Amino acid sequence: MSVDATTVRRIAHLARIAVSDAEVPHLQGELNAMLAFVEQLSEVNIDGVEPMTSVTPMEMKKRADVVNDGEIADDIVRNAPDAMNHFFLVPKVVE
Amino acid sequence: MTDLTSLTIAEAREGLASKSFTAVELTDAHLAAIEAARVLNAYVLETPDRAREMARAADEKIAKGEGGPLAGIPLGIKDLFATRDIRTTACSKILGNFIPPYESTVTSQLWRDGAVLLGKLNNDEFAMGSSNETSCFGPVTNPWRREGSNTTLVPGGSSGGSASAVAALLCMGATATDTGGSIRQPAAFTATVGIKPTYGRCSRWGIVAFASSLDQAGPIARTTRDAAILMRSMAGHDPKDTTSVDIAVPDYEAAIGKSVKGMKIGIPREYRLDGMPAEIEKLWSEGAQWLKAAGAELVEVSLPHTKYALPAYYIVAPAEASSNLARYDGVRYGLREPAKNIIEMYENSRADGFGDEVRRRVLIGTYVLSAGYYDAYYLRAQKVRTLIKKDFEDCFAKGVNAILTPATPSAAFGIGEKGGADPVEMYLNDIFTVTVNMAGLPGIAVPAGKDTQGLPLGLQLIGRPFDEETLFSLGEVIEQAAGRFAAPKWW
Repeated sequence: MSVDATTVRRIAHLARIAVSDAEVPHLQGELNAMLAFVEQLSEVNIDGVEPMTSVTPMEMKKRADVVNDGEIADDIVRNAPDAMNHFFLVPKVVE
Repeated sequence: MTDLTSLTIAEAREGLASKSFTAVELTDAHLAAIEAARVLNAYVLETPDRAREMARAADEKIAKGEGGPLAGIPLGIKDLFATRDIRTTACSKILGNFIPPYESTVTSQLWRDGAVLLGKLNNDEFAMGSSNETSCFGPVTNPWRREGSNTTLVPGGSSGGSASAVAALLCMGATATDTGGSIRQPAAFTATVGIKPTYGRCSRWGIVAFASSLDQAGPIARTTRDAAILMRSMAGHDPKDTTSVDIAVPDYEAAIGKSVKGMKIGIPREYRLDGMPAEIEKLWSEGAQWLKAAGAELVEVSLPHTKYALPAYYIVAPAEASSNLARYDGVRYGLREPAKNIIEMYENSRADGFGDEVRRRVLIGTYVLSAGYYDAYYLRAQKVRTLIKKDFEDCFAKGVNAILTPATPSAAFGIGEKGGADPVEMYLNDIFTVTVNMAGLPGIAVPAGKDTQGLPLGLQLIGRPFDEETLFSLGEVIEQAAGRFAAPKWW
């Protein structure tokens, strides 16, 4: 399988990465080189094989359903590019 | 004072205990070495004030007889580990000036045991790379050079800063992470020892995530013993990481020098690649003979799905990366590019903040997870992964204790030499190491010899799950036989 220019633009939008028209042909070439490389997986017989879902066979641990952290709003917003009164600020979303 | 930097951790521990020198003196010697080696670009942030403060605290504890297992040992920390109140960037522009209000579990355990932070080490952006050339702080220089040449070589990656700093005596040991070979490949390129423990052995909490089912932290050090000392402090259960395993941490150092007599060592025929350089072949058979001479038994084994590990990795790792890196949106932390609406703000921030390699992987990951392609790519790759793991399980079920392979297909290469036209050329560096991540197994790289140009080469040992001790015992046998290799100082 390979991707065309329209698909490159669509993926870039899905990934929320701005891509200029000038960059598309180059990216298309790189993505197709990667897709050509992984193409060899199609020769593996995977009939009846379970996909790996857990690297180490173990039961997912669950913690007690209690509050064990919090009251750290200052810490949470400390690195925000734009914040006010413990809220993150973003460009207007709702008209 | 400069000779203090050439001590091993084990030697420094003794010197501190016998009061031959203080932790402050040991730290100062390293800070001076770091200052004189800035040309290597191994550190992206030096923390001399913090280092001296921690060293003074270590001296006080040692005087009271309360020094921990790493009391006063100065270490470098890969910039992927969050360090409280100290800038942590994953060497990405998108994390710019991120100051974590928390400490990663692995580093907190090192400080608990008395270690000293010298600074943060360079790495490939978000640990994506095999040469440390994708860092937003620029490439790292390998202290090793080809004989009679001034060409600047890469230290490997992604833990290139860690490997270069350890090899150039700019710290006694370093933390590193390994998703496809990022500890073992740079260790091999710099004649250092690097171990990727079993998945789940070290907590991933507080380490910037790349591919969560593959990432694992481990140490890089100058000897197998030093790596074992660091591993004991880094490993252990952490309730904050659900994939961290709740089993006791053994005294890895006790495995150093333990007999390997009667151990079965698998030599996998699929690792004998067409066109493999003769010097790699030679190194591999030499290593096998050293283990045999120490009493181990060599058996040829087959890992039939080996060739599919790298292509499967380049589906699984980018898929997980695209999902992990979705958090960099310019809202809660990191770079924000102004825009007139929120979607453009995301798109511009991420376009400006991610480097080329990261962008490439996020895009391919997004594609293989997108509607209509999930089964053909991601699901198929996860099935192939099951087969890769089964290959190893079959091998271990036949009584094989560990598997010996070359660590890398070549020695270190020059900056800008690989991956310019085709990204896959760079990816092939991890051909021997990536299987281990796909199967979640432990793997160690130990220096074993030099190529015809005088550059170091390493061998890899792959172990059973949670049997790092056997790797340390076997690694020590290779170290004793091959000797240690130090880069001639030119900087």
